[in-house]
Amino acid sequence: MNLNQIMTDLSYFIPEMMLTGILLLVILFDLFQKADTSIRSGYVALGGLILVTIALLGQDVSTSVGIFSNMLAVDPFSNFLKILVTVGTMLVMWMSFNSNELKNRRVGEYYTLLLTLVLGMYFLVSATHLLSIYISLEMVSIMSYLLSGYLKEQMRSNEASIKYVVFGAFSSGILLYGFSLLYGLTGSANIFEIQAALSAGTVSPALMMVILIMILVGFGYKIAAVPFHFWTPDVYEGAPAPITAFLSVAPKAAGFAIIIRFFNVALSSAGNPNMEAWAALSNMDWQSVLGVLAILSMTVGNVIALQQSNIKRMLAYSSIAHAGYMLLGVVVADQTGIAAVLYYAAVYMLMNLGAFFVAIHIKNEFDTEEIEDYKALGYRAPVLGVIMAIFMFSLTGLPPTGGFVAKFYIFRALIEYGDMYFWLALIGLINGVISLYYYMRVVKAMYFGKIELPDTVHQAPLNITVLLSVLALPLLFAWMLGDPLSAFAQNAVQFFIQ
Amino acid sequence: MENHLLSIVTFLPVFGAVIIALIPKEKLDIIRWGAAAITGLQLILAIWILYIFDFSSSEVQLQEHFAWIPAFNIEYFMGIDGLSAPMILLTALLSFLAVFTSWNIEKAQKGYFALFLLLDAGMMGVFVSLDFFLFYIFWEVMLLPMYFLIGIWGGPQREYAAIKFFLYTLFGSVLLLLGMLALYFISEPHTFNMLILAEHSSQFGNALLLGMNAGKVIFILLFIGFAIKVPIFPFHTWLPLAHVEAPTAISVILAGVLLKMGTYGFLRISFPVLKDATLWFALPLAILGLINIIYGAMAALAQRDLKKMVAYSSVSHMGFVLLGMAALTPAGINGAVFQMFNHGTISAMLFMLVGVVYDRAHHRDIEGFGGIAKVVPIYAGVTAMAFFAGLGLPGFSGFISEALCFIGAFPVFTWITIFATIGIVLNAAYFLWAYQRIFMGELNSKYENLEEINNRELFALIPLAIITFFLGVYPTPMLNLMSSTLNHLVEAVKTAGMVAGL
Repeated sequence: MNLNQIMTDLSYFIPEMMLTGILLLVILFDLFQKADTSIRSGYVALGGLILVTIALLGQDVSTSVGIFSNMLAVDPFSNFLKILVTVGTMLVMWMSFNSNELKNRRVGEYYTLLLTLVLGMYFLVSATHLLSIYISLEMVSIMSYLLSGYLKEQMRSNEASIKYVVFGAFSSGILLYGFSLLYGLTGSANIFEIQAALSAGTVSPALMMVILIMILVGFGYKIAAVPFHFWTPDVYEGAPAPITAFLSVAPKAAGFAIIIRFFNVALSSAGNPNMEAWAALSNMDWQSVLGVLAILSMTVGNVIALQQSNIKRMLAYSSIAHAGYMLLGVVVADQTGIAAVLYYAAVYMLMNLGAFFVAIHIKNEFDTEEIEDYKALGYRAPVLGVIMAIFMFSLTGLPPTGGFVAKFYIFRALIEYGDMYFWLALIGLINGVISLYYYMRVVKAMYFGKIELPDTVHQAPLNITVLLSVLALPLLFAWMLGDPLSAFAQNAVQFFIQ
Repeated sequence: MENHLLSIVTFLPVFGAVIIALIPKEKLDIIRWGAAAITGLQLILAIWILYIFDFSSSEVQLQEHFAWIPAFNIEYFMGIDGLSAPMILLTALLSFLAVFTSWNIEKAQKGYFALFLLLDAGMMGVFVSLDFFLFYIFWEVMLLPMYFLIGIWGGPQREYAAIKFFLYTLFGSVLLLLGMLALYFISEPHTFNMLILAEHSSQFGNALLLGMNAGKVIFILLFIGFAIKVPIFPFHTWLPLAHVEAPTAISVILAGVLLKMGTYGFLRISFPVLKDATLWFALPLAILGLINIIYGAMAALAQRDLKKMVAYSSVSHMGFVLLGMAALTPAGINGAVFQMFNHGTISAMLFMLVGVVYDRAHHRDIEGFGGIAKVVPIYAGVTAMAFFAGLGLPGFSGFISEALCFIGAFPVFTWITIFATIGIVLNAAYFLWAYQRIFMGELNSKYENLEEINNRELFALIPLAIITFFLGVYPTPMLNLMSSTLNHLVEAVKTAGMVAGL
C-alpha cells in the first residue's frame, strides 16, 4: 500500500476524520470549563455532529469503495447508517441537555464518550474485515459500558454497567472464538475472501454452523435478541435515561448493519443483493436459525413486556421485540428485506427515542417511571399526552403512523419471498396484536379512568415540545407524501462488493 | 369539484376535527353545532352524490385515481357503485343524527366531537376506497377514535370493553393484512387495485399458498378479518360488551355502520376477487348465518339489560345478511345489502331509544320498569314503531329485506332457510316481551314522573323512522340503486363457477 493509495483512501474518510477532530476539540474545550459550564462542551459536540452530518450527506457514494486494504467500505449502505446513528445521537444530546440526572455534574466527558461511540459505530457499519469488525464492536461496547455507569454514585447505574460488562465480555469472547475458527478454516480475515473460500465448499457445514452460532452470540448480544438479551432490562433501567434511549436505537441499528453486511457478504452472495440470498450456505438451513431467533425475540420480548409496570423496563422489553421484527427482514436478506430493515431502523429510532424522551421528561417533572402514575396525563399535559399516544400507536404498528409502514415493508418482504415465510409473517403480525395490550396500557393510563381535571395544565418547555414534534410529525406524515424515507432506504441497499 | 367529490366527503370530517380541536373547550355550543354543521354538510354531499349517481350502470362512478406510492403500485383510488352508495348515505345520515344523540356528553366534549369526526372520516373512507391498501388504512384508522370513544366516554366497564374491542378487531386486521399481501403478490402485475384484482380472479384459484389453493387460504384469512367485524359466531364476543359500554351515539355508529363493514368487505373484496373460493365457502357461510340468526335471537331473549338485548338482536339481524349473501342469487344479495341498510337505520333507532330511557332512569334493566307507557306515551309510541320495525313487521323496511333474503336463499339452501324462519319468531318474541315488560302492566311507582322524550331526541329519531317506513312501503328506489351492481356481481361469480366446473 503506497502513500498515494492512503491519500486516496483518506479522501473517503473525511467524516470520520472530522469526527475525530471534534472529539479532540471537545476534550480540549472541556478543560477550560468549570463544572457548571461544562454543558457548553455538549453544545460544541452537537454543533460538530451537525457538520459531520452535512459532510455525510455530501459524501459521494455513487461508487462504492473499500478503503485501507478493504478494512472498511464506503458505500450507500454504510452512509445511510452513519447518517441514521448521527441523527439519533444528536437527538439524544438534545434530550441530555434537559436531563435532570445529568444536571450539576461535569458532563464534558459524557459528550466525549458519546462522540467516541459514534465513531465506533461509523467503523462498525462499514467494517469488512474480521479485525475491523471486532475492534469497532469493542469500541462501541466499551463506550456503552462507561456511559451506562455514568451516574457513579447511584447503585443502579453501577449495577447496570457491571452487568453489561460481564455479558459483553463473555459474548465478545465467544465472538472472537468464532472469528478465529473462521480465520483458521478459510485462511483469511477479509470477508470477501471468506466468502470465496466458503463458496468453494471446503468447510464442513456442521463446523460452519458452530462457528456461525458463536458469531451470532456476539452480534445477537449487540442487538439484544433473545436469548442474548438478559442484560437489557437491568442496563436500560439503571443507565442514565438518555443513554438508555440511545442504546435502544443507535448501537442496535449498527449491530443490525454488521449482521446484514456479514451475512450478505461473507456468507451468501458476495453482497450482490440480486443473487439468491444465503448462496454460500446453500446446504445449511441458516434462515431457520435466524427465523427462530426472530420468533423468540418477538414473543419473549412482548410477553414479558406485558407484565412490566415501569415504563423504562417496558420499553426495554419492547425493544427486544422490535429487534425480532427487524430480524424477520434479515431472514429474507434480499433487497426488499434489507431495505425494510433499514427503514424499520429509522422509524424505530424516531418512535422509540420519542417514547423514551417523554418518559424522561415525565421523570424530570413528576418524578415517576411507573405507568400507573401516568394517570390523566392526557389532561394534565395535553400536548405531551397526544405526542406520547402517537409514539405508542406507532410502536404498536397502527396506521396511519410510520410504525405501520415499517412493519408493512417487513411483512411485505416476507410474503413476497413465498410460502416459506408465511408463517413467520403470521407470528410476527400476531405479536403486533400482543404488543397492543401493553402499549395501550400507557394510553389507557393517560386518558381513561376517572377524569379529575387538574387546576393547572402542565406545559412542557418549548425546546422539548419542538424536539418531540420533530420525532412525531414524520411518523404521521412522511409516508403519506409518497414516502421519501423509503426511497432513501431502497437506495441504501448497495453494498461494496469486491 | 365533481371529480373530487368522494375525497371531499371523506376528508371533510378530518377538516372538521381540526377546526374543533382549535375551538376553546368552554365554547360548548360552537363545538356541538360545529360538529352538526360538518356532518350535515357531509350528508348534503352524500345526497348530492346519490343524485348524480347513474342508477342504471354497474360501473364504478365518480372515480378518483392517482398513483400514491408508485414503488409498490399503491394507488389513491376511490369510486362508488351500487354497493357502496347506500353505505355512504347510511354513514353520512347516522353520523349527522348521532351528533344530536351526543348532545348530552358530560365530559371533555371537545375531544369527543373531534374523535367522532375522525371516526366518521374513517368509515366513509372504507366505503369509497377501491385500492385495498387505502381500504386497509381507513379500516384501521377507524379503530383509534373508536378505542378512545368507548374507553373514555363509555359505561362502567368501558376500559375492558375498549381494549377487548381493539384487540379483537386488530387480530382480524392483521389476518386481513396477510390476505391483502398474498393477493398483491399473486396478482400479476402486483396490484392493490380491487377492480383489477377482481378481473384477475382466476389467478388466485390456480395459485398455491402454503401448499393449498391460494384462493381458499386467502378467503379464510379475509373471512376471519371480516367475520370479527360483522360479527359472525364465534367471533362475536366483543360485540355485546362494546355495544353496551359505549355511549349511546357510539353504539348507534357501531351497530349502524361498523358492523356493515364486515359484510361490505365480503361483497367488495372476497366475493368478486375470490370467486371460486366464494362458491366453495357459500354453504359454510349460510350455516354461520343460520347460527347467527338463531343464536343471536336466543341470546337476546335471555337478556335483562335492554341495551344488551338490542346488541344481540344485531347479531341475529346480521345473520339474515349472511344468509342472503351466501345464496348468491339476485334476490338474496339485493336483500342482503338492503338488510344492511335497514339494519343500520333500525338498530340506530333502537340504540337511540335505549339511550333516551337510560338518560332518565340511569338503568336499563328490562324488569326494572313497568307500565311507563302511561307516563311517556310519545316515547312508547316511537319505541313500539322501532320494535315492530326490528322484528320485521310488514310495512317496515326490515320486512322487505328479510323477505328478500329468504326468497333468495330458499331455492339454494332450502332447509337452512326453513330453520332460519324460526329466527323471525324468536325476534318477535324478545321484542314484544321486552315491550310488554317495560311499557305495559302496572306502572312502576318510581317512574311516575318520568320525563317525556324531548324534541332533540325526536329530531334524531324521526328521519330514521320515516326512512324505515318509506322503504317498507316503497323499497324500489333503494333496490334500483344497488341492483345493477349486485346482479352483475352475482353473475360474475356464477360464471366463474361454471368455468371452474363447480
